[in-house]
Amino acid sequence: MNRTVESIFRPFEPLDAERSDRSAGDRARHRLKVRESIRENIADIIAEESIIGKDREKIIKVPIRGIREYKFIYGENTPGVGQGNGDSESGQVVGKVKQQGKGEDKAGDQAGSDYYETDVTLEELVDIMFEDLELPDLERKALRQIEAYRLAKRKGYRAVGIRVRLDKRRTVRERVKRKLATHRNRVARAADVSAGTGLAPLAPARERFPFHDDDLVYRHMITDVKKESNAVVVCVMDTSGSMDTMKKYLARSFFFLLYQFICTKYRNVEIVFIAHHTEASEVTEDEFFHKGESGGTFISSGYNKALEIIQARYHPSLWNIYAFHCSDGDNFDSDNPAALRAAKELAELCNLFGYGEIKPLGSRYYESSMLNIFRRLDADNFQTVLIERKEDIWPSFKAFLAKDRGRDQG
Amino acid sequence: MASYTLKDLELWDARVREKVAEFGLDCYPQEFEICDHGQMLGYMAYSGMPSHYPHWSYGKSYEKLKTLYDYGVSGIPYEMVINSNPALAYLMRDNSLCLQILTIAHVYGHNDFFKKNFTFRSTRAEFTIGTFKAHADRVRRYVDTPSIGLEKVEPFLDAAHALSLQCRRNLAVKKLSEEAERDRLVAVATPPSDPFQRIHRRQEMTQPDLRRVPPVPDDDLLLFVRDHNPFLQEWEKDLLTIVHEEAQYFIPQIETKIMNEGWASFWHKRILDALELPQELYLEFLVRHNQVVRPIPGSLNPYHLGLRLWEDIERRGDTPTPEEREDLPPGKTGLQLLFDTREVDRDASFLRRWLHESFMRELDLFRYEAKGDDLVVSDVSDEEGWRQVKETLVKNVGMGSIPVIRVDDADYNHNRTLLLSHAHDGRDLQLEYAEKTLSYLHRLWGRETALETVVNGKRTFLTFGERGFSAKAAK
Repeated sequence: MNRTVESIFRPFEPLDAERSDRSAGDRARHRLKVRESIRENIADIIAEESIIGKDREKIIKVPIRGIREYKFIYGENTPGVGQGNGDSESGQVVGKVKQQGKGEDKAGDQAGSDYYETDVTLEELVDIMFEDLELPDLERKALRQIEAYRLAKRKGYRAVGIRVRLDKRRTVRERVKRKLATHRNRVARAADVSAGTGLAPLAPARERFPFHDDDLVYRHMITDVKKESNAVVVCVMDTSGSMDTMKKYLARSFFFLLYQFICTKYRNVEIVFIAHHTEASEVTEDEFFHKGESGGTFISSGYNKALEIIQARYHPSLWNIYAFHCSDGDNFDSDNPAALRAAKELAELCNLFGYGEIKPLGSRYYESSMLNIFRRLDADNFQTVLIERKEDIWPSFKAFLAKDRGRDQG
Repeated sequence: MASYTLKDLELWDARVREKVAEFGLDCYPQEFEICDHGQMLGYMAYSGMPSHYPHWSYGKSYEKLKTLYDYGVSGIPYEMVINSNPALAYLMRDNSLCLQILTIAHVYGHNDFFKKNFTFRSTRAEFTIGTFKAHADRVRRYVDTPSIGLEKVEPFLDAAHALSLQCRRNLAVKKLSEEAERDRLVAVATPPSDPFQRIHRRQEMTQPDLRRVPPVPDDDLLLFVRDHNPFLQEWEKDLLTIVHEEAQYFIPQIETKIMNEGWASFWHKRILDALELPQELYLEFLVRHNQVVRPIPGSLNPYHLGLRLWEDIERRGDTPTPEEREDLPPGKTGLQLLFDTREVDRDASFLRRWLHESFMRELDLFRYEAKGDDLVVSDVSDEEGWRQVKETLVKNVGMGSIPVIRVDDADYNHNRTLLLSHAHDGRDLQLEYAEKTLSYLHRLWGRETALETVVNGKRTFLTFGERGFSAKAAK
């Protein structure tokens, strides 16, 4: 049976190679899925310490769980067979149990892990984050923009208008045009006449050629409403002795989100840090997060300081004010009425005012809480949230903004 | 192409084909396509098919391959050949001449295997390319239909893909229709006619439950859903058919990985040895050959295991030891033994028949288990352990790495719950994956789905319904 098989060679076609990116569509679709997956896991990513407080341009690595393709696979109690160097012994350790997607790499020749890291800029991440909030409505309605000033702006010319806007130059030019046109007409007509009668054409008399209503040109003005795009984020934090590093870290994450969010909405954003224990003072960012102080807590002091700063530098008619206060809720009882009063006042000035109570799990039961006190404060734009652990930050943040959204749609 | 031309390739190919004929390999006509690495990655992502329906998972697999390639973690395989008639193979243009000759010889090995091995008989090689093209066209049409669109097709395909390998494994066994299955049940239950029935006690006949759907547990999950979910649209049924058919096409390749790669390696070695290559080509060949078939400690290289086994089979046929001779069919040379085996075996039976103790010891095969976070060797191929090792290996090859899960009842609890049962063999299911896969099945079936399995030695019901997932110990 010595018949040879047939064979054909199809040579390489560089043009085909360039043209054939057949997987492009599927790749794009896959990338979309990855982006969706980032969005779904955003709460985890937010909770990662590394992104908090970084520069917006900064590239960060986000571990992404690959889009898994689920199937029925065997679990961990599946034995396998491998090949040794000739000296294998019972009890020898030959590897580690893979935690993820174990079933996929039993053959040993496939890349098993479905985890990969993707570079995203913080900016992209923030975009994705806020996509998650379904913001289009919020963007338009909720973030109130202040009509800062009106001004008149020139926009073209009109034939009617008020005297003061008369454009003399253009008016004169119109008259010259009309005059020339009239003159030409007249000459032509005169030529016709003289051809008919045989009389020499009359020399044009030096007659008056006055302005006519048609010549007048007015500058047209429109009024332009300038929307104010200033916002200030007032971060108020309790730095009393009971605020430990973990609590501060949770607070910081929240402030970070708020700041990033406001930055996407306004052109000019300023940030004010107010630290308070029994007294309040304006501090730098560094001091705000790192300097621990001791002593008791008067929440009202922080609010009063905020009010003071707003009065002095950020007048509500020019600024959109977002204030947020983080505390562990351990306030002196005697200060509660004052705090409530100040909070009410702040809520009136701010676009959005929030109070976040940070109580890492377990500590909640033996400490006092401001949440009950603030329940009495009945303002549409005031919201309290409870943060117990990292994972709560994102949902709390969403709840905080939802308040704002609810108000303006209603 | 660097130092050689297409003419060179054709010349060498002609010489390889002479050898192929001389050794008695039986091949489909062969087509080679020269491509660059970008195209190669593209073909790999789509399992080598010139046309294939779109789905994001192929984009993912492309990205993955490309990442691995770009970082040099894994090279691109020298060759890719698909089971069709004529067989289609891709050659990378950047490869050296030696590598091309090796690849060409290797491809003919696969080609012969595709044509002759019994598992591939069900794949209808002459229609492969056309079938995949038709599938692609149909899926694209559904995507383009305004009333269907990608938003519906994609989630449906996701779900179907999750279950595509839950199907019958041995396609050489004919599947009976439900009617035939019921007739068979009755025939089995009916006592054989007894000429002395007057004096014998009457034999009891237990009536089989003929109303049950399916009459016997059904392996083909997708087809079962297609035929028994009355609420599926035609296009949905068609997608199930398409996904099922493609999975069926790949099953023989999954089932014969070790044999197939070993066979091709065996023949490329034999052919290149016979070609009388110039020395520098031959030396390069030896290096490449050893890269491919070297053992990989800690894991199992199918090229290595396969090649060594085929060599061992030939040795046994030609110079068997006395006790080996007893097991062999009489009067067969080593070569005849080889050709017979490549026709009638699949990986599991191949290993069961030909893997023996001394050979396993030589290869130092061991069995490992998870203990805590570590994988620990539990048995080595010594006198006590080798059976354990062999049994584990046989269980894990081919479709053995996929749990056997069958449809047991389409009307469980009389509320159209789909009950599946897992044929538990000591290996538990990965529960997170089981949960997600059940949710996919729920999407296809439209009603609650339940799976009976064993978790940590306890019979357990996993269910996925309107209210989500739950796992309960079975009563």
